[in-house]
Amino acid sequence: MSSTYANAIDLTAGGFMLAGVMIVWRRELRSLVRLLAWQGAALAAFPFVEGIHQHDGALVAVGIAIASLRVGLLPWLLRRAVGAEAEDRRESTPLLNTTASLLVAGGLIVTAFAISRPLVSLDPSTATRAVPAALAVVLLGVFVMVSRRRAVSQAVGFLMVDNGIAATAFLTTAGVPLIVELGASLDVLFAVLILGVLTGQLRHTFGDTDLDQLTELRDL
Amino acid sequence: MTAGGVFAAALQGVGVAAGAPFVVGGMRQVRARLEGRAGGGIGQPWRDLRKLLRKQVVTPNGTTVVFAFAPAVIAGSALLIAVAAPLFATGSPLDSSIDLFAVVGLLFIGTVALGLAGLDTGTAFGGMGASRGLTVAALVEPTIMLAVFALSIPAGSTNLAAIVSTTQHHPGQVVSPAGLLAFVALSIVIIAETGRLPVDNPSTHLELTMIHEAMVLEYAGPRLALVEWASGMRLTVLLSLLANLFLPWGIGGDHPGVAGVLVGAAALVIKVAILSTVLAAGEVFMAKLRLFRVPELLAGSFLLGLLAVTASYFFVPALGGST
Repeated sequence: MSSTYANAIDLTAGGFMLAGVMIVWRRELRSLVRLLAWQGAALAAFPFVEGIHQHDGALVAVGIAIASLRVGLLPWLLRRAVGAEAEDRRESTPLLNTTASLLVAGGLIVTAFAISRPLVSLDPSTATRAVPAALAVVLLGVFVMVSRRRAVSQAVGFLMVDNGIAATAFLTTAGVPLIVELGASLDVLFAVLILGVLTGQLRHTFGDTDLDQLTELRDL
Repeated sequence: MTAGGVFAAALQGVGVAAGAPFVVGGMRQVRARLEGRAGGGIGQPWRDLRKLLRKQVVTPNGTTVVFAFAPAVIAGSALLIAVAAPLFATGSPLDSSIDLFAVVGLLFIGTVALGLAGLDTGTAFGGMGASRGLTVAALVEPTIMLAVFALSIPAGSTNLAAIVSTTQHHPGQVVSPAGLLAFVALSIVIIAETGRLPVDNPSTHLELTMIHEAMVLEYAGPRLALVEWASGMRLTVLLSLLANLFLPWGIGGDHPGVAGVLVGAAALVIKVAILSTVLAAGEVFMAKLRLFRVPELLAGSFLLGLLAVTASYFFVPALGGST
């Protein structure tokens, strides 16, 4: 039973991190959103597995709530934003080429593993050992945010950062209070809604969501 | 060194040498059938080799010993890996000296020899092919090393036989995150190393896309036969290593008897047949990647290998052992 639990946490952490790497790898906005949904599923699996292991109904409920938000609602909102983009603008154009991005991602992951060692050794358990994967996703999310041009792919980076933070919280505290988790989820939902409105306004005003064009002021 | 080990090593050499053209032929046949053609049959590569061996040796003007000896170097290095690696049984007499680094080095000797031969002809295609081949090789070799290194951490040794027997005793560790990542990384680099789709198209002679064919363009007759045979052996050896590192069922132990070696040989033939069929069937659905996209694919597989190493460092202690 406990080795099944350890395997499940390890596999979930592996999938969580792998989804982050694939987001760095891929270019098409649609597949970015799909991968983000996969990552959300992995994130929801953390409290779910933990809840089943500890026979805690509230954690299972949190897992289900997170799954419905991160696998259902947020990707749906992002997909709407992608659908509104012009057909030839559905590839995010990274500032760095894919090969270099992947190497940077490798460096970031190793960094995350290195810096979280003292954190893990505070209280070595199956769950805390997966914390480096969550921190790696935070770093990868920041990297996606700074290296992509399109507004939607920056929103994807923002959600990756949030996924990583939430996963770190689940893994280190063995369950955030339900009310805190609901508040954080609601915050993310509003952030994505506002980003969606902002992207729409950008496209309406400039006909494009390339954020590099926003670096200089101009008269409208 | 045991008599059984010597027998296994000798049988491995003969088996790979004789079986490699059949592996190539089988893959061509699968591809032909899936494309709705009759195909030349599994024995066609052997018939091609026989035809080429009967022709006279032709040496292009201006080529040196590099061109003349390269086929022998490639074939020799591939044959040495075939004899020394744990394919039929783990107790090979060369076992103590063959480890992960030796295998990667031997593979690279073959690649470099072929690249030098391509340069030695002085033709445009030879140079282009050599440049492309070594670009791919420079990305492939570190990835092979990383992927097998990830597997060697649980075994505590880079010796291939030790890795295989550890996996044999703990089959569960193959489905760990590290094992899965290493498997994907190793599969991608084996496809690149042996020049299959989507990195190189083995059945084309279109000048602008070919890698392997460009380097061997000037070879003819027995030397071409040797090069083709050697590239078949490299494919066979790499597929066998992939099969044995991840699915070591049936392989003979450290002191194998004749029966153990034969069972190991039969198991390996089945595993390689399945793997090559899957590879050939997968190729039908793939288009060749643009050459400039190939480094992206290989960098991705390098990253997967790196992740496999980090994962096996950090996740394995959860299954027992010290931190």
